Amino acid sequence: MLYIKCPYCGLRAQKEFSYGGDATVKRPNINEEVSSEDWDNFVYMRKSPRGKHIELWQHIAGCRQWIKVQRDTATHEIFQTAKVTEEIR
Amino acid sequence: MSQPFRLNKVGLINRNKKISFTFNGKKLFGYEGDTIASALIANGIHLVGRSFKYHRPRGFFGAGVEEPNAKLQVEFNGHSEPNVNATEMELVEGLSATSQNCWPSVNFDIGAINNFLKMFFPAGFYYKTFMWPKSFWYKIYEPFIRKAAGLGVASIEKDKERYEHKFEYCDLLVTGSGPSGLASAYAAAKNGAKVILAEDKPRFGGTLLTDDVSIDNLSGKDWAEKIITELKSMPNVTVKNRSQVFGYYDHNMLVMFERVGDHLEKKSKFTPRQRLWYIRAKETILSTGSIERPIVFGNNDTPGIFLSAAAKEYMKVYGVLVGKKPLIFTNNDSAYETALGFKKNNVEPIILDTREEHSSELIDEAKSKGIDIRFSHGVIVANGYKKVKSAKIGKLNKDKNSFEKIETVDCDCICVSGFWTPSVHLASQSGNKLKYEEKIDAFIPDKKKQHETSVGAANGSFTLEESLKHAFENGSNLSAKITETKTEISIPNVNEKKYGAHDKFWCMPLPKNENPKRFVDFQNDVSVSDIEIALREGYRSIEHVKRYTTLGMATDQGRTSNLNGLQLVSNIENKIVPEVGHTTFRPPFTPITIGTIVGREVGMEYMPTRKTPMHEWHEKNNAVFVDAGAWKRPRYYKQGNETLFEASKREAKNVRENVGICDVTTLGKIDIKGPDAAEFLNRVYTNAWMKLPVGKARYGLMLREDGIVMDDGTTTRISENHYHMTTTTAQAANVLSHLEYYLQIVWPELNVNVVSTTEQWAGAAIAGPKSRDMLSKLYPDLDVSNEALPFMGYKEAEFFGVPSRIFRISFSGELAYEINVKSDHGLFMWEKMMEVGKEFGNQPYGTEALSTLRIEMGHVAGPELDGRTIPSDVSLNGLVSKKKDFIGKNSLGREAFNVESRQKIVGLIPIDRKSSIPEGSHIVQDQNAKLPNPKLGHVSSSCWSVENNNPFSLAIMKDGKNMIGKKFFAVSPLKNKSIEVEVISSHYVDPEGKRVRS
Repeated sequence: MLYIKCPYCGLRAQKEFSYGGDATVKRPNINEEVSSEDWDNFVYMRKSPRGKHIELWQHIAGCRQWIKVQRDTATHEIFQTAKVTEEIR
Repeated sequence: MSQPFRLNKVGLINRNKKISFTFNGKKLFGYEGDTIASALIANGIHLVGRSFKYHRPRGFFGAGVEEPNAKLQVEFNGHSEPNVNATEMELVEGLSATSQNCWPSVNFDIGAINNFLKMFFPAGFYYKTFMWPKSFWYKIYEPFIRKAAGLGVASIEKDKERYEHKFEYCDLLVTGSGPSGLASAYAAAKNGAKVILAEDKPRFGGTLLTDDVSIDNLSGKDWAEKIITELKSMPNVTVKNRSQVFGYYDHNMLVMFERVGDHLEKKSKFTPRQRLWYIRAKETILSTGSIERPIVFGNNDTPGIFLSAAAKEYMKVYGVLVGKKPLIFTNNDSAYETALGFKKNNVEPIILDTREEHSSELIDEAKSKGIDIRFSHGVIVANGYKKVKSAKIGKLNKDKNSFEKIETVDCDCICVSGFWTPSVHLASQSGNKLKYEEKIDAFIPDKKKQHETSVGAANGSFTLEESLKHAFENGSNLSAKITETKTEISIPNVNEKKYGAHDKFWCMPLPKNENPKRFVDFQNDVSVSDIEIALREGYRSIEHVKRYTTLGMATDQGRTSNLNGLQLVSNIENKIVPEVGHTTFRPPFTPITIGTIVGREVGMEYMPTRKTPMHEWHEKNNAVFVDAGAWKRPRYYKQGNETLFEASKREAKNVRENVGICDVTTLGKIDIKGPDAAEFLNRVYTNAWMKLPVGKARYGLMLREDGIVMDDGTTTRISENHYHMTTTTAQAANVLSHLEYYLQIVWPELNVNVVSTTEQWAGAAIAGPKSRDMLSKLYPDLDVSNEALPFMGYKEAEFFGVPSRIFRISFSGELAYEINVKSDHGLFMWEKMMEVGKEFGNQPYGTEALSTLRIEMGHVAGPELDGRTIPSDVSLNGLVSKKKDFIGKNSLGREAFNVESRQKIVGLIPIDRKSSIPEGSHIVQDQNAKLPNPKLGHVSSSCWSVENNNPFSLAIMKDGKNMIGKKFFAVSPLKNKSIEVEVISSHYVDPEGKRVRS
């Protein structure tokens, strides 16, 4: 079971979180024209990397904040976690 | 009563407490502190089971987790458990053990005929034989194989025992309390670290209990006792026996299985039987020791053949002799200690040593005691069927591939030692790539992967001095990093015997024309010839050889067989062992009970039960409940002998004719506040929200980004910047997460807060033509006329002195209201409604009537919003704004969503107006068409229309809008029904929606 450091609550068991997918996907702006291709990429196309991946998790059984987690998809190593307003590099 | 193989005064058992038990119906005695195995051996019983494939007689082989044979069906403390390891299970009063995999009895087993047919059961037998004809597999082959292969029998009784889960955190977890484990735990404890020391056996000390060593002038056993006593007295240390750490998972999470109550004769009902520990450790010391491996020889599975260390453990811990005429067969010095142990107890052993004549401290001692040692010798084949009677032994030539001399010697047991295999299971599970250590012919842990540090024999260190030093250092250094305190500890003086080099020899050759079975894996009956066949047939990868032969795949995980299997493959393939590689180690290290995994999450405690504040009233009034997620909702209120069908019809009819009330507390409720709340709702919902006035509600539709309908519900503007959203019961949690996602990640610039208030409000719907009359009685001071409180209107007023919210919204399609009060007032509200409603014919109605009402009105719910429908599919495109942007809007333009023949909701009635249409039925043109019959749609919801007094269903149908008036068949293979139906509008009752506005 993963051990995830919530930037608000500290280290917590994976049980308290739910997974939210790729954190680097950016939704096209509201009320702005968007091409079908860009929209389809946003809705459907995701990379499935082996290795470092920045992803969203929500601390649903805790502070309910969505957070960013940089995790190795093969080894589960977590390199960094951050608030969604912060950058992970 | 006598135990012929029990020694006097030797061992750590409690001779003051005799324990009676039965084995295969025979009453026997042992002592407190015995295992089933030690007690049976003390009674001279060795034949305990039959082997898996050939049904060969099998006896005990080990003395702990390594045991491959002695798996028994055991009844104790009121339950029956299969596949119990007799070498681990402690004896308790009244325990009853029986052999498995034999019929009619372990002494006479019909299945043993397989042994004589063994030429027909080679590796891959099942794969080769039971392939054809295919149809035979389920009916004939599989049931037969399952029966023949039968291990124990699982109980079908409900398990009444209590199992618990525990979460624990520590600085250092030490797995195993042998010398290295004790030293590491002690050093870390002295540094102030929070330490957990786990030992799977009842007694602490590991090999210190059996090895002839001294530490600081104390015997190994006394030193262990001293350290354990001190550790137990320290507040920062938890010491646990009967506790097996069986899994090493991600992020240093280890899982431990504790046998809390199995050894207790009487325990309180609050004492769990077993406990599962989830331990998050900052650092882990793996001091799991090593397991002796056997040397392979002919008929090496005959009862009476033991690992040499097991024989020593039976002698020293349990005071039991495994035989009185022992042969010791070894390739190293450690077995000499077993021989010396026999000698000390006045039993004369013969040592067969595969090495050429040489000397070492132990060999010299054995010689000086007059023990018969035969160098360059080994056991070729054991004689005896149910118990070893003699052995054909041979003097090996220089190349050790043939014999210079062969003779037969009498014996009643053979103690075999082929050197030691470190227990690297946990290290491997942590992700550690193992490396092959030539010096000990075994794998040891390589570079750290997580925070695992292996010490002692588990790390390939087989001398006490080296192990202790390494363990003290690691325990001290690892903990000092955490506690930032370092207490100096002097490493104790050790007195141990020096071992000479072992012989890299693991399998006895056979004389010409002899071909006895030579087993590598006892539990799965895999012999040398099986592995040879697998290789001859082209299997090369060790993982494939493993699966083809089932080598190492039994519950003992190949603890005594893996290394020998690898050696055999490497010899045949002419490769070195590291090139062959090793198979993967997986948790659990030892079998654990399902009960422990489940823990307390059974029955009522499987998941939380959510009850509305009115639950008690429903119960008292014969409500029959239905689960809606974790919620309990009244499905119907039973009167007399009514069926579900009759009751729901009565309740629904009463709503259409008079008035009814329904508990709607379970609907999701979300409070939305902030200056940008209107803008947020406008983006979340498909319809327009910017102009909703205060005091008004609106029905809203929510999509996912891919255009599929996510949820629907009403949202009411309570005040300028305050909205009250409702969701369906099922989607409440998802919708809240969805809103939080957009507010926190996508549009953080919107100043809006959302919070769930589902639990804070109790809700009741009042529906029916007389609902306004009833409402006016409930709120005598309030103007509830159609003008003052129109459809989609909202008011706040006191309900008999308590604050309440009144929404004029309708799910039933009737004139209806929903009243919300604070949860604490829910029951009060409900009872008042029942009292006041009497004169209007008010009756409560459940979810079944609620469904009937919404279905015949054509209102969609979960079955239609099934994650595959877009707004136009369910005739809700009127709610989709063309002017503004919202979540999922861009997806609605997709080509597939806009084709003419797109699926659409329709209504169905049976032609005979009688047959009800099963939900889930497929709609087809021709009920007799050849399969696969093209499917035109499916029935999503069905009811008995109380308005029209005939069945009515909603269906999602291809090209639905052009199907009105046509006839089809609704076919349910599950119910074996086919009903001719006519397609009509989905709005069966009041299609103009006049009633809700009346």
